[in-house]
Amino acid sequence: MSFRLGIDVGGTNTDAVILDRDNRVTAKAKCPTTPDISTGIQGAVDRVLQESKMDPSGILYAMLGTTHATNAIVERKGLSKVGVIRLGAPSGLAIPPMMDWPSDIVSHIGSDYHMVKGGYEYDGKPISHPENEEIEQALRKLKDSAIEALAVSCVFSPVNNDQEMVVRELAIEILGKDFPVSLSSEVGTIGILERENATVLNAAILRIADSAYGAFQSILESHGVTADLFITQNDGTLMGVDYARRYPVLTIASGPTNSLRGAAFLSGLDEAIVVDVGGTTTDVGILKNGFPRESTMGVEIGGVRTNFRMPDLISIGLGGGSIVREESGDFLVGPESVGYRITEEALVFGGKTLTATDVAVASGFSALGEPERVSGLEKKTVQRVAQRIAETVEEVIDRIKTSSAMIPVVVVGGGSILLPNTLKGASDVVRPENFDVANAIGAAISQVSGSIDGVFDVASKGRDAIIQEVKESAIREAIRAGATQESVEIVDVEEIPLAYLPSNAVRFRVKAVGSLAGK
Amino acid sequence: MRNLTIEDVEYLAMGAAVLGTGGGGDPYLGKLMAKRAIMEKGEVSLIDVEEISDDCLVIPTALMGAPAAMLEKLPNGGEPEAAFRAVESFLGKDAFATMSLEAGGLNSTIPVYAAARLGIPLVDADGMGRAFPEIPMVSFSLAGVPASPMVCCDEKGNEVVFRAIDNAWVETLSRAVTVAMGLVSMIGLYVMDGRTIKQSSIRGTISLCIEIGRRIVESKAENVNPVDAILELTKGFRLFEGKLTDVRRDLTTGFVRGKASFEGIETHKGHSLTLDFQNENLIANIDGKPCAMVPDLITVLDRESGNPITTETLRYGQRVVIIGMPCDPIWRTERGLKQVGPRYFKYDIPYTPIEELVKERVP
Repeated sequence: MSFRLGIDVGGTNTDAVILDRDNRVTAKAKCPTTPDISTGIQGAVDRVLQESKMDPSGILYAMLGTTHATNAIVERKGLSKVGVIRLGAPSGLAIPPMMDWPSDIVSHIGSDYHMVKGGYEYDGKPISHPENEEIEQALRKLKDSAIEALAVSCVFSPVNNDQEMVVRELAIEILGKDFPVSLSSEVGTIGILERENATVLNAAILRIADSAYGAFQSILESHGVTADLFITQNDGTLMGVDYARRYPVLTIASGPTNSLRGAAFLSGLDEAIVVDVGGTTTDVGILKNGFPRESTMGVEIGGVRTNFRMPDLISIGLGGGSIVREESGDFLVGPESVGYRITEEALVFGGKTLTATDVAVASGFSALGEPERVSGLEKKTVQRVAQRIAETVEEVIDRIKTSSAMIPVVVVGGGSILLPNTLKGASDVVRPENFDVANAIGAAISQVSGSIDGVFDVASKGRDAIIQEVKESAIREAIRAGATQESVEIVDVEEIPLAYLPSNAVRFRVKAVGSLAGK
Repeated sequence: MRNLTIEDVEYLAMGAAVLGTGGGGDPYLGKLMAKRAIMEKGEVSLIDVEEISDDCLVIPTALMGAPAAMLEKLPNGGEPEAAFRAVESFLGKDAFATMSLEAGGLNSTIPVYAAARLGIPLVDADGMGRAFPEIPMVSFSLAGVPASPMVCCDEKGNEVVFRAIDNAWVETLSRAVTVAMGLVSMIGLYVMDGRTIKQSSIRGTISLCIEIGRRIVESKAENVNPVDAILELTKGFRLFEGKLTDVRRDLTTGFVRGKASFEGIETHKGHSLTLDFQNENLIANIDGKPCAMVPDLITVLDRESGNPITTETLRYGQRVVIIGMPCDPIWRTERGLKQVGPRYFKYDIPYTPIEELVKERVP
């Protein structure tokens, strides 16, 4: 039998699910998230395997969703000292690498950079020719300053990455065979500063990612799980664990993506709004063709600008643990929350704090804890608070919509018991089975992808021929990542003419997605 | 004269987005270049138009090219020097200062970078008092100043200086050169003497941008709404408070053309506003009747933060305040309206100043 194990390391809980070959949930478990993440994963895997009573060797694929790497950047913990080589001189000297980074992160990563000759024009012509001697000299200087990882960027490397590859070869000679090197062409898209930033961040978290993913591997091995291991990435697709060890920065926005993908899968809906209510916050996102709609703005991580696309999310301070307060004749719900202490502090659990969960129980939405403990609450109060909660969510739903048309709303997450069965602007409120482990399911059902982003001259072969070529390369990339040939499809084609000038340069972004083999 | 600091550059970029009236390009790269140049070379002196002697030469500077290429191939830093030396040897005369063609958007910060790199003053003025979609839409054109001699420089050190017979040829030649240079070039054009600048420029717009930016940042720190401060500085009007209910864009013409609809909230409940744009915001209609039109400035601000929202980032559900600001009087003349009035943008309506429209139309 072929089973999949999905694990999601959240802020509060680490969830694990096992799905059978038809993607039915055979077991699920929750365990508190621990600062080292591995103890929490260990606990969740223990429990889910116990519950399933299955032979661990039946698990073919194991998928991990974690924002451990993001937290390391935000908290500036365990970051490596990075050296940067940018190919592109004489262009770009006006804005050197890491120029507008917050100083507290630079103090961890350092700012050892060298801008050397090289780089390409939009059409692949060299700006100037790289010189090995100059590159070698830069590498030797970086070696002397004891960098722990190398980041390489190059102007228009999404169009041609040859020069970055040359630097990698030279780095192996000078810094050693196993020295960690991150190439910008493998990390990001057009926009050199953002792509370079992401590459430097990637280099800085290699060590942390290596130990986290290594722990994941050994936990599974110790349980007799011999599955292929994957890590979920920003766009909701998977990377093999060996690739993820080299490019961990591609996982930084994966948390919300897993929740949206899980909701899409559980509800069977491709076009819907997803409301994920946790203990402290609610994230509202929107599904388009079964994938999260991405934000038009790049994401800042720990104050560093990147051009990663996050799911377009609106987060508000409303959750199961939100504290209810009375203020000038009305009630406020959140943003303060009792968080994980809900099982001690909420009224239904014998505590003294009126929380959103208590109101949900008093409204009859849920029978959590001991409902009689809230039977004394004034009916008017309960109604007003429940109404406020619904209105708050309705307003966010309205903000995230793309049109005023009614659309189904899928509610997931442990705190979704707060919400009524009808919401303004929603054609239907869907509460799927297993809504409490949507994130882990999102990780478990993920597919693999391949993408191409570059600027192409359409005058030479014609637009149609170029698009065909780009699509074929994206499909090849997806197959290389593990997709079966028959399952691969193109899910996204974006065409951006380099407007303003009468030229035939067009930027194409194409993504192909496919399923892992079932075996 | 005053010194322009790194902090002022931040404010300038923010204020330029307000005067950008929804367009003008992202000031981010120019901001970094200006900050870097000030760090290396020192602060820039911002001078009043009256501080320029009549026969001193000023070369306005800007960045020209395809936005996607600008994001990838960044300037070298030597372009302003090359541009100035090229024009100076062409004319046989040294330049005294640089200035901005367009106070709104990306090209507000590029001249700060040029001034810092060259160690010359920046004139506190521009040629638009806002952003417009085409280079010839500057007050200097109205005053009969030719755009050429013009210079285009690239990061490799190439420079091209040319003189064209008219502005249409300036456009054709500069585009051809910029394509050949790899889709990005630093340009210098509308070279003028102090006398001409005093007659034809729109004054005080750089310090106005800085002040707008400063008030937005300070209001945020004090947790108060910055809209009133912006209106006070620009003598503007609060046109509408509403929620975006629909936005349509058409990219086929090479410009971002489109229309956004807003439904009133609070005091404007029950009313609606539609906004037409082409890169920049052009015309706002309340309940079907115009309440502000180009060349007056129309800017959409986020209702809570006061941050300007560009035409590219308008999106359903946004809660906004739409403000209108009077343009420089030069654009209200017959010649000004011919170049940038509603009829130029294919709206068959006569121009009416915002001050009059607001009295009749704003509920």
